[in-house]
Amino acid sequence: MCLAVPMEIVQVGEDGSGVAALEGSRTAVDLSLIDNPACGDFVIIHAGFAIEKLDREEADERIRMFEELGRSYVEEHP
Amino acid sequence: MKYIDGFRDAGAAAALRGDIASLAEKLENYERRIGIMEVCGSHTMAIARCGIREMLPDNIELISGPGCPVCVTEPGYIDAAVELANRGVIIASFGDMIRVRGSGMSLADCRARGGTVEVCYSPTAALNLAAAHPDREVVFLAIGFETTIPPVISLAASAAKRGLGNLSLLTAFKLVPPALAALLADPELAIDAFLCPAHVSAIIGSRPYLPFTGESGVPCVIAGFEPLDILLAVRAILGQILRGEAELDNQYSRVVKPEGNLRAQALMAEYLEPVNAVWRGLGTLPDSGLGLRPVYAAFDAEKKLDLDIRPGEEDPRCLCGEVIKGKSRPPDCPLFAAGCSPEHAVGPCMVSSEGTCAAYFKYLRNKV
Repeated sequence: MCLAVPMEIVQVGEDGSGVAALEGSRTAVDLSLIDNPACGDFVIIHAGFAIEKLDREEADERIRMFEELGRSYVEEHP
Repeated sequence: MKYIDGFRDAGAAAALRGDIASLAEKLENYERRIGIMEVCGSHTMAIARCGIREMLPDNIELISGPGCPVCVTEPGYIDAAVELANRGVIIASFGDMIRVRGSGMSLADCRARGGTVEVCYSPTAALNLAAAHPDREVVFLAIGFETTIPPVISLAASAAKRGLGNLSLLTAFKLVPPALAALLADPELAIDAFLCPAHVSAIIGSRPYLPFTGESGVPCVIAGFEPLDILLAVRAILGQILRGEAELDNQYSRVVKPEGNLRAQALMAEYLEPVNAVWRGLGTLPDSGLGLRPVYAAFDAEKKLDLDIRPGEEDPRCLCGEVIKGKSRPPDCPLFAAGCSPEHAVGPCMVSSEGTCAAYFKYLRNKV
């Protein structure tokens, strides 16, 4: 039920409705549980509802950490 | 796509496996095999699908707990839904619930016999059903943990806004923290840490796990669903155990805030109040569920339709109750892959797409 992959908001409608996209695939989502949804926000979708925004700074930081971990490992184990 | 690929780096996975192996070696003389319990169906599936268990040393065990709301729903609830369908009510439900057997038949069986049972990916589909059938009652099977509760309960607000008087909810909402308390207090369970759920935590925040940490507690690490998230959380847990710590660690801070989603919490508080709830496998836990407040009784199917929900009967051979608690593993069940499979399931743990038995059957069957 949980779509674990964040989707990008591409349309914000009235009354909490919206559209989110992932790699070109678009789906209608309910944005009423999110504060100030905006196009370009990444959100976690569950049962057709956005339940939280992805904090992109935190996500980017985490990805950098994993990349560094991977780089170090490959250097130590050529 | 950056927010997928970035969390699946093979080099990082190898590095984390190495760190986990080193920490596990230092914990070789721990009093027993270290038990890390996860309580999220999506974690159960991610762990099985990515082969996380196979990556871990033998002295570390990932135990699947009650992470699937379908699996912990008592059979009497299904019986009540079947009774409603037999009365001509339109039953709207998430897909997994349809194939779970109650004391007798499942809702799928009921549908085969002429009952109107509609599968909904999103609860909002129930609104359209109610609008399309003004002469019939539509009852949405309102099960779920805190991730699902806000989307489902928003049905009540939407139904009121659209003037739909023929939509109600048969509620069996359950809360994760009371289940954690019950599991931690069970002397037969050897839980050394909790791998806390990702999206339940997005709603409730990280703070509700604090009571399970500290002097009489265990490490509680919130993790996302990606394999690197889970491995990182296991590394963090082992590090804490080695240092004798029992702290809260939010490793999913890109989604989970300490206070959680306040808008969703406010919606829940508006419509719902704590109630005692019956959990398959765990029994009745006080204040472990949410029910509609009396002022919203018009949306409460149990009251509106005069339902008498009684405890149901489980197949005595089925070990779902023990599997849910983490006391048995799916292969311990005499029915596992011997009469019980995803196509012909006896118990809910095999039916549900997030059930522990289904995860083992799909990904681990040949390894046990």
